[in-house]
Amino acid sequence: MSQSISIDDIEVPFESGQTIMDAALAAGIYIPHLCHNPCLKPHGSCKLCSVEVNGRSVSSCTTKAEDGQEIINNSEKLNKARLTITQMLFIEGNHLCPTCEKTGHCTLQAVAYHLGMLDGHFPQFYPKREVDASHPSIMLDRDRCILCELCVRASRDMDGKNVFAISGRGTDSHLSVNSPTGKLVDSNIDKDDLAVHICPVGAILIKEHGYEIPIGCRTFDLRSIAEIDLGDVKLSEKSQHNE
Amino acid sequence: MSIKYPYNPTNHLLHVLFEEQQRAHFISNNAIQNISKSLNLPHAQVEGVVEFYAFFHREPRGQFDILFSNCTSCGDAWLRQRLCDKLNVKLGETRSDGLVSIDQTSCIGMCDHGASLLLNNSLTITSLTAKRIDQIVKLVESSTALQEWPKHWFDISDNVHKRGLLLTEPFQPGSALKVMIEHNPPEILNEIIVSGLKGRGGAGFSTGLKWKLCREAIGDAHYVICNADEGEPGTFKDRVLLNSYADLVFEGMTICAYVIGAKQGFLYLRGEYRYLLDTLNATLQKRRETGLLGGNILGQGFDFDISIIVGAGAYICGEESALIESLEEKRGIPRIRPPFPVTQGYKEQPTVVNNVETLATVAKIVLHGHHWFESHGTNRSKGSKLLSVSGNCARPGIYEYDFGVSLQEVLNDVGAENVQAVQVGGPSGRLLGPDHFNHLISFEGLSTGGSLMIFAKHRDILALIHNFSHFFAHESCGFCTPCRVGTRLLENSMSKLCNGHSTAYDIDEIKHISALVSQYSHCGLGVSAAHPILDGLKYFQKSFEEKILKKEMEPEFDLDSELSEARAITDRDDPGAHL
Repeated sequence: MSQSISIDDIEVPFESGQTIMDAALAAGIYIPHLCHNPCLKPHGSCKLCSVEVNGRSVSSCTTKAEDGQEIINNSEKLNKARLTITQMLFIEGNHLCPTCEKTGHCTLQAVAYHLGMLDGHFPQFYPKREVDASHPSIMLDRDRCILCELCVRASRDMDGKNVFAISGRGTDSHLSVNSPTGKLVDSNIDKDDLAVHICPVGAILIKEHGYEIPIGCRTFDLRSIAEIDLGDVKLSEKSQHNE
Repeated sequence: MSIKYPYNPTNHLLHVLFEEQQRAHFISNNAIQNISKSLNLPHAQVEGVVEFYAFFHREPRGQFDILFSNCTSCGDAWLRQRLCDKLNVKLGETRSDGLVSIDQTSCIGMCDHGASLLLNNSLTITSLTAKRIDQIVKLVESSTALQEWPKHWFDISDNVHKRGLLLTEPFQPGSALKVMIEHNPPEILNEIIVSGLKGRGGAGFSTGLKWKLCREAIGDAHYVICNADEGEPGTFKDRVLLNSYADLVFEGMTICAYVIGAKQGFLYLRGEYRYLLDTLNATLQKRRETGLLGGNILGQGFDFDISIIVGAGAYICGEESALIESLEEKRGIPRIRPPFPVTQGYKEQPTVVNNVETLATVAKIVLHGHHWFESHGTNRSKGSKLLSVSGNCARPGIYEYDFGVSLQEVLNDVGAENVQAVQVGGPSGRLLGPDHFNHLISFEGLSTGGSLMIFAKHRDILALIHNFSHFFAHESCGFCTPCRVGTRLLENSMSKLCNGHSTAYDIDEIKHISALVSQYSHCGLGVSAAHPILDGLKYFQKSFEEKILKKEMEPEFDLDSELSEARAITDRDDPGAHL
């Protein structure tokens, strides 16, 4: 028996076990998200993919689709909340988009474009965060980290290495490296690991590949985040710096 | 997946880290490396845990490590400052000679005893006065060993002022278990279900239904956890129950184990109550020796044991799934739900998590029968409720009422006069003014986990709300964006307001952030973090209006004061160096 949910009045079929996000992506419906990646176990921390199910807000990436659910996704209220959440992510870190190597490839920036974000709105937190440049080919700049844990999950579940973890609490939460010194160079990370390429922002960067693609020709200069996420653009393609 | 019985708590990560903190006054990289090796845990997991819990430190703390409560009931900023001044140490820092460090901590559950502090994460001094602070200063400066400090300073009385259904008669250890073994588990379960007992932690879920779901859930093992992580500011009833009614609580856990088929139980005790640990362990040991716990309980072939795990300063661990994560030696981050703990809890096995008061009530229901229980309270809220009363009243302490008592009746009993506001259920509950004092305490009326903080007319409402905003920002686990960033923004907004720099625009911003945090946060902490602010705006509007500036916009910071560092560096303070 076929099952379906409705997203903004569009009937969307789903299979048992699928989340609302899974069903939406399969049906070509874009739900903004940052901490979600179909290759990894859902996490539900960024809250950008919040939708309304029968009047209640839930993360679409962690909520199972159930027959007959009536879901609101693309509403003014939700997009405004998503905009505010995106602004929160910008002001809690130190994001210097014009000089960032990830500009144009950055999912946070692309989501901000998508939501029409024009300013940070809130006062900056200006946190002091540590840069780890110890590794010969991988750079860790925590200033840009949005705590999505994609690298944590990719390293643990896909690379089988457990290189990254989150430490601290509240706004002191930060990415830590699972090595005796806490430095990347002393971990068993490899530059071909998925964890190195999955970062949606510029927190994990490959060294010696700066500006190979000129600004203006980069991923999100050419296509919107919605097109990329719904299209047949493979994870490895969209995240590689030397694509 | 399942664990050995009985569980040996000595090697629990939180306990190993506590010992290291006590020994070295901090937890070094080397220590993390050694501990991760000896416990076979990833280095980053150990580091993550160290940096998550407030009582572990990466930088050395003093030989005397003092944590002063910053609660509106058991804190006192003036006394705290006096202690800092007299010991010549800045708040949050360790003195250069390594003798002493002073910092603040969230409510330590001593709200009926006045200003209080934690000493070396293991002892509690209450009823602080200027004189006592000065005595403490002398003992610290002379490096007097803690064993030589006056013993009575560490005594903490119960302050029970009104006894009802639960506390009236003394409890004979084993008496409820003797009734229990005369019935099979489904009969006992039925007794709990028909009694109408709802969880006393605040959420009010049917206890019997929770047990039924857990009993029916399939797993390799079943667990029962007593949530003694009483962290809601203004709440201390669980501390009193554990101090004087521990047998009642353990008996409740044993009954739960009998019903759901558990062999192992855990009491998760908040770090602030560590001083109770030895007595609680002694009670457990006595129960084992008298056949009330351990193998073959009361000769009936029923095995069950209880281990105590002590937390390390994290309010969020009172959330049941975060508590389970903490038990599993991880950072206390609330899990995605469903699945709920009843089907996938500790070690992904069916688990019941109940509040201390709920379990104590269970033992009494089994002892006296459901009719005894049902005849008290209201239609939808059966039985009684322990209230932890603190703040501006003549007789702070524990009061037990049948559900359905009015707030005004409680205020009369505790000797509260000139009341401006009452915080019911702690910061995550409701901030109410006199218009609401006729409301009744019950699940369908004023619902509360037990905290009742009273504020007289001389108290500054905005300062209280600011205190609560600080609490939530400090205690947010940091997992989800709306709570992590939102609670910090709310705290900053309240600072700006209290400093007299806010405009009407800032109030709109506060409302906007509050709505977002409430609606989109991952767990109850974020959902309730804005409650005091929203209630304040609703019921104490005048306090806000009096404070705001009559202009369109005021910047977040004072540019002239921001230049003070530059002035200090350039050694200038002439008029030209100011704006």
